[in-house]
Amino acid sequence: MSRKSNELASPSIPVPRRVFRIRSEKVWSMVTLIPSVVLLGVFVYYFIFWTGYVSFTKWNSFIQNMNLNGFRNYVSIFESFRFQSDLRNMVFFTILFMAGCLILGMFLAVLIDQHIRAESVFRSVFLYPMAISAAATGVVWSWLLNPTTGLNLILQSLGIHHLPQWYLSTRILPNFHIAQIQGGFPIAMFAVLIASIWQWSGFAMALYLAGLRAIPEEIKEAARLDGASAFRMFRSIVLPQLRPITTTAVVMLMASSLKVFDLLYAMTGPGANFVTDLPALNMFDTTFKANQFAQGAAIAIVLLILVLIAIVPYLIGTIRKEASK
Amino acid sequence: MNKRAVLKFIVYLLLVVFAALFLIPVYLLIMTSLKANSQVSLSQMWALPHPFGFSGLVQAWQQVAPDMMNSVYLAVSATVVVAILGAINGYALSKWKFRGSNVVYFFILLGMFIPYQSTLIPLIRVLNTLGLFDTIPGLALVHIVYGIPIMTLIFRNFFADIPDELVESAQIDGTKYWGIFRYIMMPLSIPGVVVAAIWEFTQVWNDFLFGVAVTDPPYQPVTVAIVNIAGSQHIQWNVLMSSTLIASLPTLLVYLLLGRYFVRGLLAGSVKG
Repeated sequence: MSRKSNELASPSIPVPRRVFRIRSEKVWSMVTLIPSVVLLGVFVYYFIFWTGYVSFTKWNSFIQNMNLNGFRNYVSIFESFRFQSDLRNMVFFTILFMAGCLILGMFLAVLIDQHIRAESVFRSVFLYPMAISAAATGVVWSWLLNPTTGLNLILQSLGIHHLPQWYLSTRILPNFHIAQIQGGFPIAMFAVLIASIWQWSGFAMALYLAGLRAIPEEIKEAARLDGASAFRMFRSIVLPQLRPITTTAVVMLMASSLKVFDLLYAMTGPGANFVTDLPALNMFDTTFKANQFAQGAAIAIVLLILVLIAIVPYLIGTIRKEASK
Repeated sequence: MNKRAVLKFIVYLLLVVFAALFLIPVYLLIMTSLKANSQVSLSQMWALPHPFGFSGLVQAWQQVAPDMMNSVYLAVSATVVVAILGAINGYALSKWKFRGSNVVYFFILLGMFIPYQSTLIPLIRVLNTLGLFDTIPGLALVHIVYGIPIMTLIFRNFFADIPDELVESAQIDGTKYWGIFRYIMMPLSIPGVVVAAIWEFTQVWNDFLFGVAVTDPPYQPVTVAIVNIAGSQHIQWNVLMSSTLIASLPTLLVYLLLGRYFVRGLLAGSVKG
């Protein structure tokens, strides 16, 4: 189409055919993207808008009620004991989950990078939990960390009598109050952390291993010639080179920690006094078990905002970098 | 022993210890699955099964076989459809950039990270209206839509590595948009197709949120089935562990046989270009 109009407009100037072909190809390119753009436009962006609208309505029973309710749903979730507990748990969970995965992942990657035998076997062992569903992970770890069975049997046979209560513990340390909730770290969260770090540390390991392998040999060689010790080399050469990887890992792990749902659902549920609850599970229960649709929507929107804060700057940065290549 | 040998020994020791820790759940799953009902007692859970019994596995299979089939239909159909969509998108976004294509790419990619809780309420409404609520095709539709971002990303990264000169010379020979896709891009990206397919299959198979929100028994995927078994009043541990093992086998096998491609999908998922 564009070719014709152009030829009519400038019949005397011979323009190479290729230019026009590219143009028609670009039209095809846009056309082929339409189905996906429409599907995502509806199922992601329009649905988010819809959920946002629901979060401002009075739809808090089984009967749909789209009358507006202002910010009352948001006020009431932030005032609720459960959501306040979620926020506390989320802070502790996210920080410890990321730290655990990054430290263990880097440690394992450095070990594997030492020119060892059977490297692929070790790599496979550390990464296989990623291939398993979080639902199955939750089922197995809830059994392993059940206070009367699993790991506690081993601890018992080792002569330990003060056995940990794992996810059944209701203790929160230290003991002080913020709003309605007890501040501090809920001990029961350790159980959830163990299971999720078990599942995700292999991901950090894979990223770091790729990063370690990408460090040019010449840089290390030069440092070695300068007489740098192994520790100095790690601190001054390896760690700075791994910084972009760490950024990637932090963003991905944060996004996944905010979305933790399956594991909790299968493993502990919200726990006594919501000691192991997180917003994603709260949203599901509030919406589909309690039929508080508007409040569930409000929790979902808060969760969405948290994820966007973590992910959007990173995505923009990545796409800019690629575009400038 | 010299210092070097000692260090090497410590490295291996640490690796073996951590490997053992990582394998504990598998040990327990397999051992418990192979115990007969009469043999399963909580105090003996770490002991080897003797004699071996397959009654747990048989019972588990009878219990979850229909759900396994649901998961197979779901994962296979969703993977095929969304891989095709992803390939088309990746081709357009890598080789035929237009004004604003980066913006389109951004909004497609962002779909990968949004917490699906923020779409669930409308999603269930819409599926209900379409008559697809509590059906496997409905669940497949959901996975197809939400799989588009990661599939687009993986294919786009693969296609970006194919030299533009190849595309240009094909154009000079008179090959058009779909011809280039069919005869140049696709044959050169078979590994990309494998990576994408494995990744999407694993994702769909392992999903729980959509499964539990959109389906009820008997139209539920196997992940939902095992969690329901785990939550029942009287748990037969060997049957539960067998079910969990059976539900995890397909993705575990894919990982063991094609681990290389799985890892590449994993790394592609972290937007590493």
